[in-house]
Amino acid sequence: MLAVLRVAVIAAAAAAAAGPLLYGAVLSVRPFASVVADPLAPPSPGGADLSAYPRALADEEDGGFGLARFMRNSLAVAGWTTVLAVACSVLGAYAAVRLRFFGRDAVGGFFLAVYLLPGIVLAVPLFVLLGRAGLAGSLPGLVLVYMAQTVPVALYMLRGYLQAVPAGVEEAAEVDGCNRLQVIVRVVLPMAVPGVAATALYVFLIAWNEYLFALLFLVADRERWTVSLGVARLADFAVPAPVLMAGSIAITVPVVAGFLLAQRLLVSGLAAGAEKG
Amino acid sequence: MSWSALAAGGGGRRAGGAAGRRASAEGGGGRAAGRRAFRRRTGRRRREELHGRLLVAPTLLVVGGVVVLPMAAVLVLSVQDLRLIEIRSLSLSDLGFTLDNFARVLSGPGFWAAVRTTVAYAVLTTAGSLAAGLVVALALRRPFPGRGALRALMLVPYALPVVAGTTIWTTLLNPQYGAVNEIGRRFLGWEAPVSFLTLGEAEVAGVPVPVALCTVVAFEVWKSFPLAFLFITARLQAVPRETEEAAVVDGASPVQVFRHVLLPQLAGVLGVLAVLRFIWSFQNFNDVYLLTGGAGGTEVVAVRVYQELAVRADLGTAAALGVLMALALSLPLAGYLRAVYRGRL
Repeated sequence: MLAVLRVAVIAAAAAAAAGPLLYGAVLSVRPFASVVADPLAPPSPGGADLSAYPRALADEEDGGFGLARFMRNSLAVAGWTTVLAVACSVLGAYAAVRLRFFGRDAVGGFFLAVYLLPGIVLAVPLFVLLGRAGLAGSLPGLVLVYMAQTVPVALYMLRGYLQAVPAGVEEAAEVDGCNRLQVIVRVVLPMAVPGVAATALYVFLIAWNEYLFALLFLVADRERWTVSLGVARLADFAVPAPVLMAGSIAITVPVVAGFLLAQRLLVSGLAAGAEKG
Repeated sequence: MSWSALAAGGGGRRAGGAAGRRASAEGGGGRAAGRRAFRRRTGRRRREELHGRLLVAPTLLVVGGVVVLPMAAVLVLSVQDLRLIEIRSLSLSDLGFTLDNFARVLSGPGFWAAVRTTVAYAVLTTAGSLAAGLVVALALRRPFPGRGALRALMLVPYALPVVAGTTIWTTLLNPQYGAVNEIGRRFLGWEAPVSFLTLGEAEVAGVPVPVALCTVVAFEVWKSFPLAFLFITARLQAVPRETEEAAVVDGASPVQVFRHVLLPQLAGVLGVLAVLRFIWSFQNFNDVYLLTGGAGGTEVVAVRVYQELAVRADLGTAAALGVLMALALSLPLAGYLRAVYRGRL
């Protein structure tokens, strides 16, 4: 009885988790007319119709919807966010783990503050402040906002990973005449590579997926749209469903694949907080 | 922000006290050699202090500039009579003080309805997300071939871009060609397609059901249960086997084992998850805006803030609404932090 229930729960959960994505993938390779005629039919046996993908990706001049350009924008924004946020948080996490200094315990509190403040409330003053600084509507402005949103999480995750790195090696390096930065770059980082990689991936994921600030800062400038903004805007126009699904799948596959590949590492970093409870 | 300053003060005092005790213990020798060693150590200590601050500085700078400063700015903005177009020419001397924004927000049409919707949305989402996460975590507790892959699969809704999720769901629920309506009509005998994302209320077996609200709740549960699942799974792994086995030997039913052995162990993590999910759902903008745009009785306060800011271009009321939202959230937040600092969670 319990065993049956367990199998039913697992089957339902798997269907719920993967179903919508599979549905999107199937729809993206069916011609729109056949979707309207029979919404539940599998892709035609003659083979998948992949034309929705090049249409979604191609630039507007070529009759497409510009998704490839949105992806380049998102890649740049998420890439810079990742580099800068990880650089900041490696330094901060090292300090929080190894050094005694005034306010060290507040680093954790800071993390919580940013993590829990409503983004929509921050959006109002940021709109004004970045507008005054001439950064609204620019990709660097967006990178700055994403950095602030991700550095605390990254710092929190890295702190957990760095705690697992033995301190003895660092002391040896210090005795050999390395200064603090050299110790971090040459000794600590190489030993924490998996943790740093997982953190970087998580930051990239957040920046790639972000929607609200992209909407507020970039909506007027189609050239600079990110993937989230691009796909959301296309959904507002009368874009055929297969193209929309192709766009959704195209922006999902890279991040979900990365997430699943690094899943073990990420999970241990994310769930670290739960184990002490 | 006051609690963060509080945390800084408290933490600093603790660290300072410990350092002072250590220094006096080490400096107690009195001999010349001891003094030299002491000086070396205090030099090292001072360097550590400096390096610590320098290394944290970039983080503090970014977070201070993009989070703390804006939080202060939103308070100032909330008492200004300010339209969006005026910010270009705005200077500090133009700043005034008025409570009109708060009065306008509180008496605005639909404000209290939006508050009710937000609370209902946050409560339902929190309950649903935790329940789903708990059930799936328990179901996947015993090892079996393929469990690792299934666990990874559960995380997909959490990892995918929210826009991809809402776009697929919108298509799935489309009244003309969406799969859900087609299944309903073909197999469940629905007479007409259901507009899940715009329908305010429908009678189901004589009971009025807020359809659109239920749909956005279902989406958020789907999107957020993986995180609950993840944390509960991690906590479950730390539960000692012995107590459970002893209970089973004593003839406890599965329900009793769960109720009396597992649930007390999970109470901490469930509490953390409940508070966090409530806070996140209460302020959620993306999911609701992308799915319904606030139609069909799903206008939550976060969507209203956006409307004031981007559509009505009224900075003052947007900021006032934001301040009220932050105030409402400060209560669960304070409770959560108290529990954290007392070491309960």
